Order: sequence, then structure tokens, then C-alpha cells
Amino acid sequence: MLCDVCNKKKATVHLTEIVDGQMTEMHLCENCAHEKSVQMEQQFGLADLLAGLSDFGKQVVDQQQEKLACAQCGLTYDDFKKFGRLGCSACYSSFRDQLSVLLKKIHGSNRHYGKAPEPVSQFEKDRNEILRDLRDQLEHAIHTEDFERAAELRDRIRDLEKGSGEKA
Amino acid sequence: MKLDDLTQHTSEWLKGTGPHSNIVMSSRIRLARNLTGVPFPSRASKQVLVEIMEDIEKTVPKIDYLKKAIIFRMSALDNIDKQFLVERHLMSHEHASMTEGKALVVSPEEILSVMINEEDHLRIQVMQSGLNLGETWKIIDMIDNNFSAKMRFAYMPNWGYLTACPTNTGTAMRGSVMLHLPALVMTKQINKVLAAIAKLSFATRGFYGEGTQARGNFYQISNQVSLGHSEQDIIQNINGLIRQVIEQEEQARQALLVQNRPMLEDKIFRSLGVLKNAYIISSQETIELLSMVRLGIDLGIIKKIKNQVVNQLLIMIQPAHLQKIEGKKLSASARDTKRAAIIRERLGGLDV
Repeated sequence: MLCDVCNKKKATVHLTEIVDGQMTEMHLCENCAHEKSVQMEQQFGLADLLAGLSDFGKQVVDQQQEKLACAQCGLTYDDFKKFGRLGCSACYSSFRDQLSVLLKKIHGSNRHYGKAPEPVSQFEKDRNEILRDLRDQLEHAIHTEDFERAAELRDRIRDLEKGSGEKA
Repeated sequence: MKLDDLTQHTSEWLKGTGPHSNIVMSSRIRLARNLTGVPFPSRASKQVLVEIMEDIEKTVPKIDYLKKAIIFRMSALDNIDKQFLVERHLMSHEHASMTEGKALVVSPEEILSVMINEEDHLRIQVMQSGLNLGETWKIIDMIDNNFSAKMRFAYMPNWGYLTACPTNTGTAMRGSVMLHLPALVMTKQINKVLAAIAKLSFATRGFYGEGTQARGNFYQISNQVSLGHSEQDIIQNINGLIRQVIEQEEQARQALLVQNRPMLEDKIFRSLGVLKNAYIISSQETIELLSMVRLGIDLGIIKKIKNQVVNQLLIMIQPAHLQKIEGKKLSASARDTKRAAIIRERLGGLDV
């Protein structure tokens, strides 16, 4: 199939657009799709998310993940992929690994730097500092493929987090 | 205060004052917050939704700033009332449907509103006139702190505030600025500007919010990214971007004045002429003409009409407002007549 716009290159991107209730399908080559995406971005913030979701699905779908469900509200990760909405705050812990990737795709970062709810005790503040530091180290360890160190750091982070108020 | 009283008031954000109010209509910040231990609204049963709503309703009067706030339960309002609140930018379209367990808190002067059980348990919003995100943040930060001293919000140190949609996770903050950009539209530069904005991960919407087209040269610009930057950084980024857009608009306005002042004056006074004399007028046409009148005021070409009058009209000419003012349901054609009458009444007596 050739690109609908330039009619020269092979169409690799398939786009469904709904404008005023009218649905149109477009088949685009990479170059034309890039141009189109600039226009799209003005209109749809959610397109980013959906792109992120579907990409992510392709990369890591396996049997187990399909059945992954939130321990608190019962939402499955598959449901989340369909509806794009999480079921409760505990979903963030239940789908931690998947969301970590997804958040990075959406926001270009998966680390919060803004305010925290008051009142946060000094203990919690200190712990958050330590956690932040450990996560930086973990990222570095993964980057340098020091997996032994990464596993160790991951366990320490999990232990620290268990003692926190994020059981939700 | 009752809902009907709002028809007599001018919302604070429409006052037409504040920094850069010749181009910036209003600044708005909203924060999404959720409670721990209960499902997000879309996954909650009706009974649980009502319990959450009652919980939040009980907390509201304990917050100093909200002592005089009014709480509307969505299930108690008719369609015109709900539409009226949407038109005043106090709540979203989504909040007006599936009303069970949903409520809206509105402060006097309509500076602050809280949607209870929209997509998240709380959606707190503060609006100010002009480019004023700093002040807006101060108010909403205080309200948020007051709430979180009384209710436990879902939060993780690494991911910040937890929201139903991961596009809001982190600060869960959306800052948006409403701009009036007629000169960039008239000089056909607007698409270039909008493309640049999109590249920087900001979203552009129309005057009437999410999913609406820009009409009458009004554009709403907001941040997309909520995780990885502090609230202050996000506000600074928006401010930086908006200042550049303001500068572009200023330049385009000057260029129009210098190159073709008679054309501009003609367009502005024809617009005013139609508004002052029409007996039937659609909302689309009204918004376009009001945009020209506003430009005339901002350029000092129209001297005796205040921006506030134009701002008020932009809100009043919407369907639910017309019907609230008339006190009964109006057909589309009856609305076009009523709209023209209100505009003549508001602008008719005024000299230029």
C-alpha cells in the first residue's frame, strides 16, 4: 500500500481520524506521518498516551501480564489498556513495572519533583530522600549493566517502600 | 447564595484586569487529587460514590477559604442549570452526565471550584483574570494544603499524586492560560505559532474547553506534562511560552496598525455596528464580532467600552445563560433573538 499523501513511499502508519463524527482512515509513509503528527499534537493530547499504550503492549505482552490484576480493586492490566483509566491508587503498586515504563513515555520522566501532601513527618521526608537516591543509583546500575547491584538496590527500595504510607 | 444568584454576578476571572489583560483573558490552575483506600470514581459503585461525596462535602466547610462556598449536587440540578455551570467554566461537560454521587463546590466570586467525583475524587480549580499563574498557584496551593490536612490523598514519593489517568500523575497539575490572538489569526501566522507550541508539549484548546475548536480567536494553552517537573517549574515554563506568544501577537497588532489601519478600523466598527443593531444573531457570529470589538478596545480604537463588558457578553450569550436570564426554556431561534436583544441592551447605549 502506498502513502495516501505523497503516493510514493510505502505506507507504514495507519491513522483513524474522527472529525465532527466523520471517521476517515489514512495510510501514511513515515515522512508524511511525521508532518501529520505535528498537526495532530495540537488537537489531541491523549494521542500520546494511546501511542504509548499500544507500543508498550507490543513490546512486553505475555500471558502473565494479560492476567495481571490489582489486588485492591480487581482491575486487570488488560482493562486498563482498553480504557486508559486506572481503578484505584493501589493500581500504581500493582502495575508498578508497567506503569514505570508508561509514565516515562508520557511525561519523559518517571520521577516526581513537585510538592508532597502535608503534613509529612520528618521520618517520611528523610525516607523519600533516601529512596530518591537509591533510585538514581538503580538507574545507573541498569545503565552500566551491573545487574547484581541493580537487584540488590531494587530489593532495598522495595523494603523501604513497604514501610511507607503508599499501601493506599 | 443559590445558583440563580450567580446570574447576577460577574466571575472574578472575567474582570478584564491583571497583567497583560489586553491579550490574556484569564489564568487557571487545576489539581487532581484522590483519596486512598477507595476506588477511583469510574470504578466505584453508586453507593461508594455517594459516601465519598458526603465525606468531601463534610470537609469543605472546615476549610477557612470555603466557609461561604456553595455545594451543588449534580443529581439535584436540571439540564439548563448544569449547562449553565459548564458555560461559566466552573465544571467540565463530563461532570454534567451520570450525575449520581457527583457534586460541585463553588466559592463566592467564583475564584475556586471543586468537582467532586469527576474523573478523580477531587478536581480543584482556581481562576484569575489576566496572566496571573503565580497568584493562582498561591491560592490553590493553600486550599490543597488545607484539604490534605483533613483527608489522606493518594501519593507515592517517586510518582507524586496518583490519578485515574496516568497523563495527570505527578503534580497532577494543569495550568492553562486563555489568550485572545486576533492579529496572529488575521496575519495568518497562527498555525506557525500553534505548531511551535505543540512541539513544546503544550496543548491548545478553544474558549469552551476540552474538545472544542478555537472560536473567535480565543485559544487556551496548557501544559501536557505533569511528572518530572515541580509545580513552580511548570508554571515558569508556561509563563515563558505565553510571554513569547504575547510578544508575537503585539508585533502582529502593530504591523496591522501600521500597514493597514483603515482596513482594521473598518472591520472593528462594522463588527460593533452589527452587534449594536442585529435582531437575530448566532453565538458563532457573536463570538467572532466580539473578538473584533475586543481588539478595537485593546488598540484604543474603541474608547468607551470596557473589556469587562465584552468578557461578560462572551459568557452571557451562551444557550444556558440566555435561558437562565429569560427564566424559561428557549428554542434555538428564540435564543438567537434573545441573544441579539441582550447585546443591544449592553452595547447599545454606549458611545464609541
